[in-house]
Amino acid sequence: MNAAHAGRAFRAILWRELLRFVQQRERFFAALVRPLVWLLVFAAGFRATLGLSIIPPYETYITYDVYVVPGLIGLIQLFNGMQNSLSMVYDREMGSMRVLLSTPLPRGYLLVARMLSGTAVSIIQVYAFLAIAALCGTELPPSGLLPLLPVLVLTGLTLSALGMFLSSRIRQLENFAGVMNFLIFPMFFMSSALYPLWRVRESSLLLYELCRFNPFTYIVELVRSTLYLQFNATALAVVVGTLLVFGAAALIGYTPARGGPAAGRGGG
Amino acid sequence: MDAAPTQDASNRDAADQPAVPVLRVTGLSYAYGKTKALDDVSLELSSGRVTALLGPNGAGKTTLFSLITGLFDSRQGAIEIASHAIRRARSKALAQLGIVFQAQTLDLDLSVEQNLRYFAALRGLPGGTAQQRIAALLEEIGLTEKAKAKVRTLSGGQRRRVEVARALLDRPALLLLDEPSTGLDISTRRWLVEHIHRIAREDGIAILMATHLVDEVMPEDDLLVLNKGRIVARGPVEQVIRHSGGADLDEAFTRLTAKGEAPS
Repeated sequence: MNAAHAGRAFRAILWRELLRFVQQRERFFAALVRPLVWLLVFAAGFRATLGLSIIPPYETYITYDVYVVPGLIGLIQLFNGMQNSLSMVYDREMGSMRVLLSTPLPRGYLLVARMLSGTAVSIIQVYAFLAIAALCGTELPPSGLLPLLPVLVLTGLTLSALGMFLSSRIRQLENFAGVMNFLIFPMFFMSSALYPLWRVRESSLLLYELCRFNPFTYIVELVRSTLYLQFNATALAVVVGTLLVFGAAALIGYTPARGGPAAGRGGG
Repeated sequence: MDAAPTQDASNRDAADQPAVPVLRVTGLSYAYGKTKALDDVSLELSSGRVTALLGPNGAGKTTLFSLITGLFDSRQGAIEIASHAIRRARSKALAQLGIVFQAQTLDLDLSVEQNLRYFAALRGLPGGTAQQRIAALLEEIGLTEKAKAKVRTLSGGQRRRVEVARALLDRPALLLLDEPSTGLDISTRRWLVEHIHRIAREDGIAILMATHLVDEVMPEDDLLVLNKGRIVARGPVEQVIRHSGGADLDEAFTRLTAKGEAPS
């Protein structure tokens, strides 16, 4: 594989993913509406009832809608990762995964290109969401928006790797609803996305421990600290570790030695 | 059981010019769990020849194709495409390969041209070269006026033509077609069979076409008959018919596949 070939292939995979995103207008609006509902409806209700003390990285009292934004950024990327997973299962059933994986490029490169393309789509969604949130009056630190970009690449890749791993295990599109129920929602709710962990500990120690072992918590905290220009080494280490684990699992999942889910089983 | 004629499909022209086979498969076996799908399969293909891989449903044709395309991996046996071993030099081997899968694999939401451009980029073709090849191939398959049409709007036969064009974009040395006529009407089937014979002849491509329809095999083709994971006959069509004791290919195929034993 030479660099020119790798570059062309990556641009093609990215172009196809972006085109698919633009063509599926419902997907674009759903990706925006979902976090906005949380922000404009859920957070508005909680704003009056939930008091937040000053906790890092915040240096002053904040309103609930400000607190919940990093969690909703995580939610956007989590759903996008699952959307990627769904689209990979679909591609596999439609056969286009076979076309991709039988091209003369290393399998690992193709899968990473696919994950990066999905991540790029999620980053567009995140910044569109942040723009609308700001227009709706949620105060966010403008200086944190640019440093957030590399972090979003990292967190997006981590959740894409999770999605890709899942797609290697899910045999049929119909099984996807189960993943939604048993993975996405517990990951989101059992994290610091909606409530600070000290609040969770006050109500349930068990739930607190579950939140601490949930990698999504660290994704949210990494986004939160970066937005406020603070370095959270623990969150960064956990997110990188999670990326490596799920990335390796996805690569193993798509290895031809085990038949490879992309190959399917022929009838002839 | 092996009613195979002694002459290998790839060796017909050996007396004239000893050529390196474009595809060489040696002692290949594969199993799904405990179910053996391929058992000690060996074959060689030469450039410019069409080889029909004839076998009933479940014979192992698609499994063989999945192994040749690197979608499956087997530790038993070896596959070389243009002298590149698929296990050691996967990228170089696959660079020589074009494939039309049994199921249709175009992106329905992209146009014909977008599908071809996407695939050309995956193969590493520069933009200008890709554009020229796409234009030439669309003309060849008679779909120039459909270049901007979404694949979703094409008929099954038109989609199959586009897939053949896609497989030929990078001028492969070896073209695999896995039951390419599935679901096609008679005229498209006829076009397909004629077209692949023409490109084998004119472009010198080695073609392996899996089918279970004997009427798609031409008298000048080489033949491999696969049954229950084993090659039970090989050679020129005439020779296979003669050795099987059948009156024609239809009867020969019935005899050969009826007598095939399941791999242990």
